[in-house]
Amino acid sequence: MDIKQNFFEFYSLPAVFEIDLGLLSQRHLELQKKLHPDRFAHLSDQERRLSAQYTAYLNEGYATLRSSLLRAQYLLKLQGIDTHNESSTPMDPLFLMQQMELRERLEDAPQHADPESELAALGEEVEHMMAPLQAEFCSQITVPAETSLHAAAAAVRKMQFLDKLRREIERLEDELY
Amino acid sequence: MALLQIAEPGQSPDPHKRKLAVGIDLGTTNSLVATVRSGESVTLPDVQGRHTLPSVVRYLAEGGPQVGYDAHAKAVTDPFNTIQSVKRLMGRGVADIKKLGDELPYRFERLDEGMPYVSTAAGAKSPVEISADILRELQRRAEDSLGGELAGAVITVPAYFDDAQRQATKDAATLAGLKVLRLLSEPTAAAVAYGLDEAAEGVIAVYDLGGGTFDISILRLSRGVFEVMATGGDSALGGDDLDLALAHWLVEQLDVAQGLGSADARYLTEQARSIKERLTDEPVVEVSLAVAGVEKNITIDRDQFGALIKSLVARTTRACRRALKDAGVTVDEVKDIVMVGGSTRVPQVRDAVQQFFGKALRIDIDPDRVVALGAALQADVLAGNKPDSDMLLLDVIPLSLGLETMGGLVEKLVPRNTAIPVAKAQEFTTYQDGQTAMAIHVVQGERELVDDCRSLARFELRGIPPMAAGAAKIRVTFQVDADGLLNVEAKELSTGVESRIQVKPSYGLSDTEIERMLKDSYSFAQDDLVLRNLREQQVDADRLLHSLEQALIEDGAVLLTPEEREVLQAAMVQLRELRAGSDYRAIESGVKALAAASDEFASRRMDASIQRALQGHNIDEIEEGR
Repeated sequence: MDIKQNFFEFYSLPAVFEIDLGLLSQRHLELQKKLHPDRFAHLSDQERRLSAQYTAYLNEGYATLRSSLLRAQYLLKLQGIDTHNESSTPMDPLFLMQQMELRERLEDAPQHADPESELAALGEEVEHMMAPLQAEFCSQITVPAETSLHAAAAAVRKMQFLDKLRREIERLEDELY
Repeated sequence: MALLQIAEPGQSPDPHKRKLAVGIDLGTTNSLVATVRSGESVTLPDVQGRHTLPSVVRYLAEGGPQVGYDAHAKAVTDPFNTIQSVKRLMGRGVADIKKLGDELPYRFERLDEGMPYVSTAAGAKSPVEISADILRELQRRAEDSLGGELAGAVITVPAYFDDAQRQATKDAATLAGLKVLRLLSEPTAAAVAYGLDEAAEGVIAVYDLGGGTFDISILRLSRGVFEVMATGGDSALGGDDLDLALAHWLVEQLDVAQGLGSADARYLTEQARSIKERLTDEPVVEVSLAVAGVEKNITIDRDQFGALIKSLVARTTRACRRALKDAGVTVDEVKDIVMVGGSTRVPQVRDAVQQFFGKALRIDIDPDRVVALGAALQADVLAGNKPDSDMLLLDVIPLSLGLETMGGLVEKLVPRNTAIPVAKAQEFTTYQDGQTAMAIHVVQGERELVDDCRSLARFELRGIPPMAAGAAKIRVTFQVDADGLLNVEAKELSTGVESRIQVKPSYGLSDTEIERMLKDSYSFAQDDLVLRNLREQQVDADRLLHSLEQALIEDGAVLLTPEEREVLQAAMVQLRELRAGSDYRAIESGVKALAAASDEFASRRMDASIQRALQGHNIDEIEEGR
């Protein structure tokens, strides 16, 4: 298989952060109807194999574009910056302090009098911090300058921290259930 | 139909003929087979008019196994040779079986092999073979009733089944000689049975309490597409556990001094099941029990039974909450709650679910048949009988897939609820200077420690050239197909050394074992096997030739140069010649050669179809915009 198109091209969407999610999911279903292996169940092995490869690419593209963090990372990657796999980069110390405080609260959450609402509160706080970072990324990535690109990457690195925290919260919630 | 098809003598029969396809619900307690007849999905009865087939197999010293009612009737008197609830053993290792302990009244042997073999009068039987016997019985019933060979079957599995359990199910079908069109999640099948005639849209929750498993799935239905958003449950919790809870209570009431034997335990479980069923209609049940020399009248009412099963039911609603959260929807967004499985008839279960969702439940289709009915609808589409159908079922993997890394930790490559098919790759490196091999351990589960997850397979990538620690780059790729089955591939990037494995669970059957068993079943006539192989290769060749003919008519002129068309047509002529012969190996290699020759064409067609899908859409939007 040789899919040269990037995910935005694959879905014929403009390569920007603020995409129409409704349109994305509509096109996703449209493409699934054409490409899914079930459409080829009665056909030859070869077509089934090919369709599985295309659908896997489609599913990955959908998962990437649907999530704001993955979409932001992907936009940077198209610009040659891989924030996902890079090793440590210096971070804003104030932000790190804030993260440490949140992590401490997270660690204490299971011993909290009402762990469930404590975790929910933490989750809300994370979402609150996420919103301005997305706005920052969105305004920086559109500017075709080196400094803006780096500012956009810095925002995504912070989003990655918050996302990790978000997943930790979910894991603890699962354990509580 | 304006196009003419030219068939050569001895060529495949009319390709437009309706294919016989069935949906099979291979259940813990009962199994069913259904098909679509004159547009309607129906379950197929046996000659005596019974639709369900008890999932019970009895092995005798002489002759073939008894399957279904006859076997069930002997469950108490011949417990060691009569296997019930084999689904609970599918894809399980010996360690899992030991955990179930004395609840299983069988004798196991060959315990060193990882997979549990049950000792019977007909020899050691693996769960896969036992399930294959049930499938054969259903296949026979369907072929007798439909009057022809089956083109394929959709077999349902609990959404929560892991890779090992799915693989075991598919192996059982292979062993029974059934072509699997798809392994379909039971909840999705149920949603299909409800969804199609009503053109519904919105979020559906499917609560499925089967004999041995509990599943909860959250689906979104839109324009014929059923998209599984999240799935959860407990593969070791089911209606049988309600019976067991009641049976344990009965033992306490009976106050039997000595230990109970297998037959006694069976007897009490049967009694418990019947009490449970009676409590659905009666508020109080009185029974007289006689076991191990003790005789007693016992009375139980609904509230007492409710108290016994309360914690089990609570486990199911907890799983519902988690599934909703995974799907990112609230309880209020759920439009319909579909109930599946005989145990959802228990009033306490219905009350608890209704209370949790705060909505009336969908119970208009028989909860025992709904899965098979939905699977038949899907089988009809997949067999190619409904080319205009818009129906599409998009599934997810129920449990995260990962690899063991340093310190016994799990690195997740594919998180649970990822849409399938999916392919994910990740790079790893060596940790010692001069390391030439890397052990790859594939696991499935949500926990962080390898020991807490299910071990799926282990293999080694060898021949890595000696390098400094951290210098080698090994890319591991996980591919999960539409059935939820995993393939793993490892590749050292600088040298291209490769190793791939179709993940066969450590305690599953290997491909050679399946082949041997298939051969054994044909051992009386080697000719049968040859004929079967020939028939299979002919079908493959026909399928490829037919779809290429269609493809050439549709896109040949646009997507291929005249030269390319000629090359392809020459290859087709060659395969047709081989197809007319009787050498199945030659046909097999002919199919491979033609597939390779048409790869590029198939790929261009996919791309063109993507373009068409998107362009079609753009036109719609323009029109909507007006």
